[in-house]
Amino acid sequence: MEQKTKVVADEGKQEIRISRVFGLPLESLFKAYVVPEIIEQWMGTKVIKLECKRHGSYHFETTDPKGNKHGFNGTIHEFESNQKITRTFEMENTTFPVQLEFLEFQDINENNSKLDILIVFKSVSDRDNLLKLPFAFGLNMAHNKLEELFSN
Amino acid sequence: MKLRRDVFQAIADPTRRTIISLVALQAMTPGAIAEEFNFSRQTVSRHIQILTECEILKQEQTGREIYYHLNPEKLKVIAEFIEPYRKMWDERFNTLEAIMKNQPNNL
Repeated sequence: MEQKTKVVADEGKQEIRISRVFGLPLESLFKAYVVPEIIEQWMGTKVIKLECKRHGSYHFETTDPKGNKHGFNGTIHEFESNQKITRTFEMENTTFPVQLEFLEFQDINENNSKLDILIVFKSVSDRDNLLKLPFAFGLNMAHNKLEELFSN
Repeated sequence: MKLRRDVFQAIADPTRRTIISLVALQAMTPGAIAEEFNFSRQTVSRHIQILTECEILKQEQTGREIYYHLNPEKLKVIAEFIEPYRKMWDERFNTLEAIMKNQPNNL
């Protein structure tokens, strides 16, 4: 089966490309990126601030299972409805530098649309470190599961 | 104290990535690897040492020469390390799709 979400991270490049085809009309896909209540649902984050306009900004906050809060914020540089969003992304209180994100929304037909995301990092190692996060988290989870199994 | 190394340290450096791609084609002696670079032999040796410590390269003695081979198992780890990241986005986008399919059209 073909994978719905594709991720390309070429070796030695400081970028990640993510692409996905949705079984949704373009307007519907774009709405999922601009309506705070909808963002909160699929991103699993709280939207503290979101100004969808050129020179606007956003501020999201997630709470991890331990109750710690993690903030994310950025500035919106380009905003064109149903076409594109260009923005920065910063993880607060981490050593990760700010990254630049280009989101392009495309119409395929009345029921399908496509999203292409290009993320540009400060350096190749910053990109590799970010890619590793879910990997490291997965390892941690597996480790915790093992621990649980053996402590019972 | 000897530092523990992992495969991600190996690919964090462009010279080491080049060494990996060279050795992927054929087993090479340290001298042959060094000839591909403009750096000093010591610098290249240091990179080879790091790659060996994280087990991406394996040494094999053939006669008087030492040849470096690629350890395919470790490389698999590198290829797979993008997968959890991809999965994270895939799951997120699946949720997005499901939510939007249930949205009333007039919203």
